[in-house]
Amino acid sequence: MNQTATPFTQQAVEQLLYREAQLLDRHQLEQWLSLYTDDATYWVPLEMGQVDPINTSSIIYDDRTLMEIRVKQYLHPRAHARVPQHRTCHQVSNVLLAPDTGGSSTLEQHISSTLVVVEFRQERQRIWGATVEHRLRVTAEGLRIVSKRVDLVNSESDLDGIAFIF
Amino acid sequence: MSKLSPEHLRSLIQPDRVHRDVYTDPALFELEMQQLFGKAWLVLGHDSQVKQPGDYFLTEMARQPVIVARDQAGTVRVFHNRCTHRGAMVCHEPRGNVRQFTCAYHGWTFETSGELKWVPLRSGYEPQADQRLASLALPQVARVALYRGFIFASLAAQGPSLQDSLGHMLSSFDDMVDRAPDGEVEVAGGVFKHAYHGNWKLVLENHLDGVHPNYVHASSVQAAREGPDPGMNAGGAAGSEPYHDIAIRQMRQNGAPDPVWESIGVWTTTHGHGYLGDYHDDSRLVSGLDNPVHAEYHRLLTQRLGQEKARKVLAVTRWNSVIYPNCSFMGQFRQLRIVHPLAVDRSVVYTYSFRLKGAPEQMFRDTVAFSNVVNGTASWVLTDDLEVYERAQRGLAGGGTEWIYVGRGLGRDVPDSEQRLRGATGTSEVFIRNQFAAWLEYMTGESAGESTGNKAGDNA
Repeated sequence: MNQTATPFTQQAVEQLLYREAQLLDRHQLEQWLSLYTDDATYWVPLEMGQVDPINTSSIIYDDRTLMEIRVKQYLHPRAHARVPQHRTCHQVSNVLLAPDTGGSSTLEQHISSTLVVVEFRQERQRIWGATVEHRLRVTAEGLRIVSKRVDLVNSESDLDGIAFIF
Repeated sequence: MSKLSPEHLRSLIQPDRVHRDVYTDPALFELEMQQLFGKAWLVLGHDSQVKQPGDYFLTEMARQPVIVARDQAGTVRVFHNRCTHRGAMVCHEPRGNVRQFTCAYHGWTFETSGELKWVPLRSGYEPQADQRLASLALPQVARVALYRGFIFASLAAQGPSLQDSLGHMLSSFDDMVDRAPDGEVEVAGGVFKHAYHGNWKLVLENHLDGVHPNYVHASSVQAAREGPDPGMNAGGAAGSEPYHDIAIRQMRQNGAPDPVWESIGVWTTTHGHGYLGDYHDDSRLVSGLDNPVHAEYHRLLTQRLGQEKARKVLAVTRWNSVIYPNCSFMGQFRQLRIVHPLAVDRSVVYTYSFRLKGAPEQMFRDTVAFSNVVNGTASWVLTDDLEVYERAQRGLAGGGTEWIYVGRGLGRDVPDSEQRLRGATGTSEVFIRNQFAAWLEYMTGESAGESTGNKAGDNA
């Protein structure tokens, strides 16, 4: 493959991930959804090294339909767990493109990164750390996210309710 | 009058109201740890969590760390997780399999039966210390009992037996286990541990509360209604529904209209227990209703039980069953929660899913999807419950209004068979009055044991 022709440049990939973080921090959730493909999934596993979201519970496992319902609920005036609203700061770093796209398709690329989120609400601040896996796809509209997996370092601990998007 | 005297405690619990101190006073919380969590039968887990000799898991009783283990002879035992030498926890990994428990501090080693097996530098003790050392086995919790695979323990040597304490509520455990085509259930699918800044009672009250869903869960009901209608994929076979199907169905069910909640029934029994009738009319969620997805399950269950018994098993329709003071579970939906009080205003709830052994695999996948919606830490539904518990705690912390009012249905409660008292409607607050009647019995140490469990709440 001609390296200069790939849409998966470090710069393009980082810009997408930063854009996602910015939309979340600005509460632009509908625009956030538009970064994802129609067959997308958003997954926050419950267990370390969890292999599937079907036979083990997950903190979040949303297909595209549930992602849309999640956004609808989050924007509802009686989403009590979001009143008052959170403020967050998503810090994305260590962005690495997997050397192999992991499949025959040159239209998809696997990205790993680390994420630190500072979340503030109701006089409480929580710090979240996670390793993140994105799968990106080239579409007619540009680069889009096919899947996002967020492995929280404390996924198996006691956790207070989570009502925002990592 | 001492704040903890029986006389004062009785003044906090009145027929139609309860003083806010029971949710907020640290001294009362400490007394609860002694008198209530320190005496009652507590649900600790299920024997499928300790299948093999040497299997163990850690948990807490009244904030004390304990080990639930199956010893080499196959007996389930519950130990205080505390070395008899200098008091360190002898076991630290949350679960696993061991040949023996070895203390990290000085190497004291205990058999899985608790017996002290080895100490370092034995010659450092006088010969007459042998007897003393032999007595230093890992201490066992006073009473342990199993029922249909569920593990219970009590820190008190004296008190009603498990059978007497749970009475009619044992039928809720029967309900869960009888649904398994192989006659057994097992813990599977991960454990959610959700915490909130509120008193432990709030969750047990909420689980039998049929009024709250239309208010607390308004946002998830509405969002699910705006989602695609659940149903089969076009041309798809039963069971091939998309993953989101279960979530949308369950969230929509929470929007059942008032007449449904009024009609489902709520029952209480002695010692604070109770259960709420089920409100589901969605045949995809309830295996007792006809649906192609459940046809194979019905066949397998009928094969083992015969048609009549299988129909009887599936006809039981309970939503949450509360085992006072630390457990709430859903037989039909294969979920169990154990409530751990950490402080007067801090609690954590461990939630478990169960697999019906012998049932089609798809049923367990449905259980996992259901668990994510109902018990997930980031669930559309649970997060709003947790938020409301915290608002209750913050509201109760302030004076101004010293009492909470629990009078719905008071004077209309219906004495039922088998020591049960039924709310006049499914939205009666009989279960809160019943929980506080039991609370008062435990806290004053004046447990009648034979009462209807509701005398403080209903003088009718």
